[in-house]
Amino acid sequence: MKRFILKRLGLSVITVFLVCVIVFFLTHILPGDVARQYLGRGATEDDLQEFRRLFDLDQPLLSQLFSWISDLLQGDLGQSMQYRGPVTDLLLPAIGYSSKLAAVAFLIIVPISIAGGVISAMNRGKKIDRAITVGGLSASVIPEFVWAILLVLIFGVTFQIFPVTAFPRRGDRDLLTQIWHLVLPSISLLLVLFGYIARITRAGVIEALDSDYMRTAVLKGLSRRKAVLKHVLRNALLPTIAVIASQIPYLIGGLIAVEIVFNYPGFGTILKGAVDARDYSVLQAGVIISSFVIILFQLIADILFAVLNPRIRQKVSE
Amino acid sequence: MSTTPTLEFRDLEVAYTVRGIDREVVRKVSFSIAPGEAYGLVGESGCGKSTAAFAAMRYLPRNGKITGGSILFEGQDIVGMSTHDISVLRRSAISMVYQNPATALNPTIRIGEQVAEVFELQGFSKSDALAQVEQALIKVQIADPTKVMRRYAHQLSGGMAQRVVIAMALASNPRLLVMDEPTTGLDATVEAEVLDLVRKLRQESGTAVLFISHNLGVIRHMCDRVGVLYAGALVEQGATEEIFSQPSHPYTVGLLRCIPRGGLHKNTDRLDTIPGTPPALGTHFSGCVFADRCALVEDKCRTTQPEMVAVGQSHVARCFHTDKAGSMPRAIDTVTVSVSQNPNRATTGTRLLDIDHLSKAFTQDGHAVHVVNDVSLQVGVGETLGLVGESGAGKTTIAKLILGLYGSDSGSHVVLDGKDLAATLGKRDVKDVGAMQIVFQNPDQALNRRHSVTRIVGRAVQKLRGLSADASTERAHELLSGMRVEATLHSARPVQLSGGLKQRVAISRAFAGAPQLVVCDEPTSALDVSVQATILNLLVDLQKQDGTSFIFISHDLGVVRYISDKIAVLYLGRVVEFGESNRVFQGPHHPYTEALLSSVPNIDGSIRKRIPLTGVIPSPSNPPSGCVLHPRCPRMAGSGVEHLCSSAEPALTEVEPGHFMRCHIPLDQLRTVQN
Amino acid sequence: MNDPATSTIASKSNLERQTIRRERIKLVLKDKTFIVGALILSFWIILAIFGTVISPRGAGDQDFNFVSQSPSRDFLFGTDANGRDVFSRVILGTRLIVVMAFSATILGTILGTSLGLATGYFKGKFDMIVMRLVEAISAIPVLIIALLAIAALEGRSPTLTVIVIGFVFTPNIARTVRAAVLGESELEYVAAARLRTERTRHILFREILPNVLPPIIVEFTVRLGYAIFAIATLSFLGAGVEYGSPNWGSQIAENWGNIYSNVWWPTAFPALAIASLAVSINLISDSLLEIFEL
Repeated sequence: MKRFILKRLGLSVITVFLVCVIVFFLTHILPGDVARQYLGRGATEDDLQEFRRLFDLDQPLLSQLFSWISDLLQGDLGQSMQYRGPVTDLLLPAIGYSSKLAAVAFLIIVPISIAGGVISAMNRGKKIDRAITVGGLSASVIPEFVWAILLVLIFGVTFQIFPVTAFPRRGDRDLLTQIWHLVLPSISLLLVLFGYIARITRAGVIEALDSDYMRTAVLKGLSRRKAVLKHVLRNALLPTIAVIASQIPYLIGGLIAVEIVFNYPGFGTILKGAVDARDYSVLQAGVIISSFVIILFQLIADILFAVLNPRIRQKVSE
Repeated sequence: MSTTPTLEFRDLEVAYTVRGIDREVVRKVSFSIAPGEAYGLVGESGCGKSTAAFAAMRYLPRNGKITGGSILFEGQDIVGMSTHDISVLRRSAISMVYQNPATALNPTIRIGEQVAEVFELQGFSKSDALAQVEQALIKVQIADPTKVMRRYAHQLSGGMAQRVVIAMALASNPRLLVMDEPTTGLDATVEAEVLDLVRKLRQESGTAVLFISHNLGVIRHMCDRVGVLYAGALVEQGATEEIFSQPSHPYTVGLLRCIPRGGLHKNTDRLDTIPGTPPALGTHFSGCVFADRCALVEDKCRTTQPEMVAVGQSHVARCFHTDKAGSMPRAIDTVTVSVSQNPNRATTGTRLLDIDHLSKAFTQDGHAVHVVNDVSLQVGVGETLGLVGESGAGKTTIAKLILGLYGSDSGSHVVLDGKDLAATLGKRDVKDVGAMQIVFQNPDQALNRRHSVTRIVGRAVQKLRGLSADASTERAHELLSGMRVEATLHSARPVQLSGGLKQRVAISRAFAGAPQLVVCDEPTSALDVSVQATILNLLVDLQKQDGTSFIFISHDLGVVRYISDKIAVLYLGRVVEFGESNRVFQGPHHPYTEALLSSVPNIDGSIRKRIPLTGVIPSPSNPPSGCVLHPRCPRMAGSGVEHLCSSAEPALTEVEPGHFMRCHIPLDQLRTVQN
Repeated sequence: MNDPATSTIASKSNLERQTIRRERIKLVLKDKTFIVGALILSFWIILAIFGTVISPRGAGDQDFNFVSQSPSRDFLFGTDANGRDVFSRVILGTRLIVVMAFSATILGTILGTSLGLATGYFKGKFDMIVMRLVEAISAIPVLIIALLAIAALEGRSPTLTVIVIGFVFTPNIARTVRAAVLGESELEYVAAARLRTERTRHILFREILPNVLPPIIVEFTVRLGYAIFAIATLSFLGAGVEYGSPNWGSQIAENWGNIYSNVWWPTAFPALAIASLAVSINLISDSLLEIFEL
């Protein structure tokens, strides 16, 4: 097991490294002059030189790469072009807010989606199954910002059930109020992520329901309910772990639009500001940080899957 | 019989709904099983035998339903029983053992816990249940039950998993045990052990058994009475001995005749066949279900359904001609193939293929696994070399090495017609590639399902013969027609053909380049026996006509014996015995060959004492020291050479002219102990 | 052949072949999900082609006498804060998103399929290296990498957006294709092709590719839906398209602030347009998934 974790960890480190290289080359090799992009057409040659010097853009490419990566290793994500201050100062508090939103969303999304998938599978071929699978996937292809705006319009403006911002006023920042403000944003994320997680859960449950071992359980004389609880769910929900981890990139991508609509000072709002200002040392840092989070969750999911699945557990411990 | 039968089917009808239409799969089947009796249901694929087995448990697939008749368990109708009552019955009185034991066990629950579940259902406490499990596993001859209880399904061998399933089935002391192909897919020696175990347990417990199998030999050994199913209908039923000695339905007669059994050989005997193919699922019949394929068919057979007719005491057959069935004319497909290739270059018997010191190691997790070890064999022109052995013996790997699909390790030589061939396909001449071809086991995977039959064969002709596209198509049509694949089917895709026809297409493709040698890798094991016979006849015809040589791989010793001139017995990637077919079968045998031969349940009913192999086949990644067979060898003990067996690997030596063996025990000593 | 037994099989099998084909076509045409999806999609494709003819007003036509008018007979979908006709702008916004989504998906599918075929068939070191890269790329959220790329490059060119999205889709498609190819190349028809000295290119494109088409088609439709999703979101965030051009995402970005004062129409109609286009594609991919039994 230890060897498996170490090996998996090693692979993750390689992936993180590759992500850094890809991101670096994306911004440094492709056509397009960063300085010109940032400063605009009005900039003089001197302005451009000065800007390049400030952000090390005049160094040879490889030495730029190495100094950038060695800075990354020390936790230095570079300087914001827009604010001329460390990117970390800008991003860290924002990431804190986003994590809060993501955590609330996660706690709503995972149980509801899994329940949806299980209900769908148990009622295979019936109307409720079609409604969950077709409806769920249809909802998931509509962008979060569309959902967020529609939800604000319906529940915030027209019926005024939920607050239209995700961030409570200064006065009432107790935990419950905070969470209450995060419900509507979380629902927009749920609508996008539900379909896929439910679909894969459904497939897993159906596979287990049709399995030979389920037949064995029923022919042993177990009631259907007991057989499902004991023999189906455990096997069926294993692959769901991997699927949930695979949805993290979409969750992070979805945060941007949702935070903007709900006026929430998170990671996404900062990135949107960076897009508008062409401040792409912030964007670069944003890509690195989100990829790091994604790789971390994938690592956790893989290890969890191996721990829970005896076939893999045995194999890796040999 | 005055006692209430344990199980009784009365005019049972089962249908599956496929694409909105009910298709009948079990047609008015009636039989009964007395307490303690073993009743066998036999038939080819699609005859409804498995459906009948699951119906006895009242467990049908989602689209299946009982459309008529009744199933009585000890006089009580279970068709209309409530779900709860049927669960109670399954818990206490009827159990089932099925094919594929590995998938029948839950992969994420420990074996002990799974078996304990049965005891818990009977009211045992958790700890008592676990204690009971240990006893149950000992009963099915599992030597180390506590260790097995802690394992998961994937850590068990097939035989071990089936023992666990049997232990689970017997845990409730059932009065009826339903066994659906319980040994299909297991190796011959493992199958023999499981069957012995079932027979022993049955003697002890007196449980009634419904035994389903496609294998007539297994049925003959296991059952007191037999029912023969065809197209969902029971066509004949009676005491096992009578059915086998006096079959009275033309289908049963045909089935028994088309099996290659001991003594038959291609040089002297042509196999009988049953013309035509089994009907599609749910075909409607107004007369006898077998009329379309029957040699004795008359007009009334097509219009009137025959009743069961008594043939002997408790022996019945559903036929108007039970008196004539036993002596019905032989059905031999006399239409010989017309696929004249280049007349052969050399005379039969001269050396064609020389395999010298063939070895192959695969790397697995950084370790070398020697799958094929120093194999040397020869094949003559027009000869068939049979390769036999159980799983892991390396049969298919050897075939792929010869063909160059895998590259062999250095030091290996494949010499064809005096020419030392390159190890891999890419480095061989087109001519040499075309000279050696293969027919795979599973035509569904071997034929590209997106291509038409013509394209599959035509492309092979084009590439291997260097003909133009038009000429290739024409030649492909000739070839296919010669193999009796009708012209109307030439534009079809493989999925539209029956198994037998698909295999004919695969054979046509193999013969497209006028090969000198064709490897047949289990070419008939996916087919029903009646189709198998026609394919074997076809191969024999092709060989006689063109002098083509075969390497024939099969786990079915009857088939290998019928078609082979020479036989090589393989164990763990090594040739343990090699020689003339007759020699190898008559003995004296290598101890492994001896065990293998003794484990086959044959349909002749002759009972041979089984020479058991102890333990399981070792993994090729960790082979035993010395002779690889020594930990399991039935003849090592008392041979006087034990020290040699466990320390030195014996060489393949010529023990008598043309007969090679890899064994330390002297031939005379083997001859003495084996008689 | 004058053998009565085989000729009955032949005719039976011919019949069966026709019925299987007919049943499959019927299945597609009978599937309500497919029909609904196809109808909506065709509607939008027709608008994309003939939008300029159909649209009552031009995209930039402003009339400051009619600012933020609610839907009426003159302005079916109302007007926005700049006095532009929402109905016309929704119609004229169709072409850009449809063309961009299809181009990006086609690009990603071609690249992904080639990469998937190659990695699945050759395995070994080549496969290992490519798959590591693929894994790295798919660990980066599509939207954020697109934002970065678009910001770093020339900014708001649709062509650039298409290329970026096409590249970002490539690893996903490659992975699907690779998995299918890995399964196929184990099958013996591939060995049979090697045994008649076929070149690798023939084996990949003529033998294996036709057999992995169903998952590729489904993956194409799934990605197409996601391309709509991504392009709409990018334009909402102000990246990837010319600002102020008649496209649905920018229209929402410009107008959604007014929903608090109950001016919902300039936001809601483009939002519904995005939703219906995306859902129609999803309905198609869903029914294909069912019919191919994947």
